[in-house]
Amino acid sequence: MGRYVARRLLLTIPVLLGASFLIFAMVYALPGDPIRALGGDRPLAPAVVAQLRQEFNLNDPLGIQYLKYLGDLAQGDLGTDFRGRPVLDTIAQRLPVTIKLTVVAILIEAIIGIVAGVLAGIRRNSFFDNVVLVSTTLVVSIPILVLAFIAQFVFGLKLGLFPISGVQEGWYSFLLPGLVLASGSLAYVARLTRTSVAENMRADYVRTARAKGLPNRTVVVRHTLRNSLIPVVTFVGADIGTLLGGAIVTESVFNLPGIGRAIFDAVRAQEGAVVVGIVTLMVFFFIFFNLVVDVLYAVLDPRIRYE
Amino acid sequence: MNLSKRRGALVAASITAAMVLSACGGSDEGGEGGAGGEAGGTFSMYINEPENPLVPGNTTESEGSQVVKSLWTGLIQYGPEGEAEFSGVAESIESEDNVTWTVTLNDGWTFHDGTPVTAQSFVDAWNYTAYSPNAQGASYFFSNIEGYEDLQAPTDEEGNVTGEPAATEMSGLEVVDDTTFTVTLTGPFAQFPVTVGYNAFFPLPESFFEDPEAAGKNPIGNGPFKADGEFVPGQGITLSKYEDYAGENEAQADGVEYKVFADLNTAYTEVQAGGLDITRDVPPDAITTAADEFGDRFLESPSSQFTYVGFPTYDPRYQDKRVRQAFSLAIDREQITDAIFNGTRAPADAAIAPVVDGYREGACEYCEVDVDRANQLLDEAGFDRSQPVELWFNSGAGHDAWMEAVGNQLRENLGVEYQLRGDLDFSQYLPLLDEKGITGPFRLAWAMDYPSPQNYLEPLYSTAALPPAGSNASFYSNPEFDELVAQGNQASSNEEAIEFYNQAEDVLLEDMPIIPMFFGLEQAVHSENVSGVFVDIFGQVDTSKVTVNN
Repeated sequence: MGRYVARRLLLTIPVLLGASFLIFAMVYALPGDPIRALGGDRPLAPAVVAQLRQEFNLNDPLGIQYLKYLGDLAQGDLGTDFRGRPVLDTIAQRLPVTIKLTVVAILIEAIIGIVAGVLAGIRRNSFFDNVVLVSTTLVVSIPILVLAFIAQFVFGLKLGLFPISGVQEGWYSFLLPGLVLASGSLAYVARLTRTSVAENMRADYVRTARAKGLPNRTVVVRHTLRNSLIPVVTFVGADIGTLLGGAIVTESVFNLPGIGRAIFDAVRAQEGAVVVGIVTLMVFFFIFFNLVVDVLYAVLDPRIRYE
Repeated sequence: MNLSKRRGALVAASITAAMVLSACGGSDEGGEGGAGGEAGGTFSMYINEPENPLVPGNTTESEGSQVVKSLWTGLIQYGPEGEAEFSGVAESIESEDNVTWTVTLNDGWTFHDGTPVTAQSFVDAWNYTAYSPNAQGASYFFSNIEGYEDLQAPTDEEGNVTGEPAATEMSGLEVVDDTTFTVTLTGPFAQFPVTVGYNAFFPLPESFFEDPEAAGKNPIGNGPFKADGEFVPGQGITLSKYEDYAGENEAQADGVEYKVFADLNTAYTEVQAGGLDITRDVPPDAITTAADEFGDRFLESPSSQFTYVGFPTYDPRYQDKRVRQAFSLAIDREQITDAIFNGTRAPADAAIAPVVDGYREGACEYCEVDVDRANQLLDEAGFDRSQPVELWFNSGAGHDAWMEAVGNQLRENLGVEYQLRGDLDFSQYLPLLDEKGITGPFRLAWAMDYPSPQNYLEPLYSTAALPPAGSNASFYSNPEFDELVAQGNQASSNEEAIEFYNQAEDVLLEDMPIIPMFFGLEQAVHSENVSGVFVDIFGQVDTSKVTVNN
């Protein structure tokens, strides 16, 4: 197992290098002159433009720019944005916000989703099962943007239960945006769990367990649930990686200064260093959490072994 | 200028669909005096993310300027009508020949770190901003000071820096004593005292030059408010009243909290709920309901924004001024401001905006609709109507609807088809303008830097302002216009200057390298927690005058 994890981690190095180069090339290929756009209606002084182009290596060809970037990276320097702020600072300041939002969203989607899914799965076609079906269909079909504004309007402005925006009230500030962000995945987790549980409830080993006279609780929790969770864990694990990449819409509506906003602004301003720095980090998260998922398989299902 | 307005519009455009939802938020039930209404007397205000660190010489857009103007006071200040007032650091700014200016400072001004504001504080700051290796956005403001060229690094043809500038100090700046310095310009410019209220001319303390980077995060100014901590990107900055402020316009409130919002809709909802005191911007979809909802807490005032449609005068098709006049005569501006902007912009009838001295109502002869005359002029010029007119604008910034309306009016009134060319981002659009790559009428806008008619003429249409040095994207060049502006710059009195500038404006509006389209109006709303909120002609709130109700 240890060797397997080490090999997988080593494999991330070429993946990250390749990904960062691809992103770098894509930002490079974006049309337009970011320095000219900095000036707006009134152009910057020509010598200032020249200075900025030189500072950000914008006159160099793609290969040289990328090598210079890697050279700085090797010394732990992720570069700066056009306003002179180190990319590392931006990440350090914004990542905690995104992590908190992700934690809240994942907890909500996992706990509520799995509980609803299990209850619906073991009592198929019951009233509760139908409630879960209808409500999840509804939630999945509403775009998150609309959901975010409705939640903000109703629970924030009208009822005053949650702060409308910002991160001033600590974890509580993340509850409403977390719920909105989790809603889509929550519905998916619930349905995935329901199907999986329903299927396993009819499996031979469950019948055997019941025949042995095990109490219903043990059958469901020990045997059915554990087996049913494998697809759910895959989904939730991948979702963590995605959510850590930032949620532009939710962050914008609730004014949370997270990674999503940072990357949106950086792409628009064609800030190569910022885009590459953040996206590479996102790629790493994605790979890492997929590895965690793979390891969890072995925990959930003893038949799976990694050599 | 005004970059962040553009960015705001982009963000807004990207989530347009749901705006409607937030805009229909009805009555204000959640607000009970506002969260900022503690006994301390502080208030909060919306800004968009500033583009740069809070260094005055590198702050040329509206959001950073709002904060910088709370933190700094310049040589002069501007009154509500844009008139220059000597309520700032300068006691007087005088010249006998309009070339060499003597600036005398008042005693007793200090920076927030306790050090005195001296003549050296200004001279050092100006040199720092002008010196090209410092890459300060407002560098060009000093280009008419003697010795500016020596502070610009040499570059080769491809725009690579090839060496160091020849000097680090402009020869035109000389410190006489602690409270006096002289400024020598490259030519006569009577408007000079009016310009120095702008950010670029603010003083900097000695500590700034030791570590400019740190100073950008922890700004130290000489204004009515001082920074309580670092500016946090994505969140904002908290300022408190500077007790030793030497000026007469000291802060009324104990503090102001600038809050960065990524989405204007969210900020607006916060004001409705009382969690935020001031936004000096209202979401487009809320414009029609805001006046009813906020009553006298909804403010609207003219701003310096001037939107125009330029012609590529280098294109043979648009070289005849009669063609340009005809286009202008065929456009019904009022219909567009009513139907598309809900009255949030005013139809332009001059090239100099109403917010400055020197505006003349109806100065533009060809800005009234006159379809017959338009067609007559177009016929005389022999304009080929069979080819479509290409209308250019930058994408994603909310220009599509009104440019399309312009196109429809041209089709209806002149019988020419049109094609919209609005797929370029600002970063592609601007270089194309600079390279003479535009093939039809194009949209641009201008927000003034200082309240002088000169600022609406010389930087936009003079021969000296041809790209890449300036913003004359029409590539208009008329010696008569240049000469009249120069005479205005040399005039001995303001009245005389305005006369020359108006003559220059007449020449411009006869030649019509640009069609004046709209003058801007600023909307703002505030909570019941504050009063004394006023949006000035720069589109900014003078935070020193805001009072907190208890």
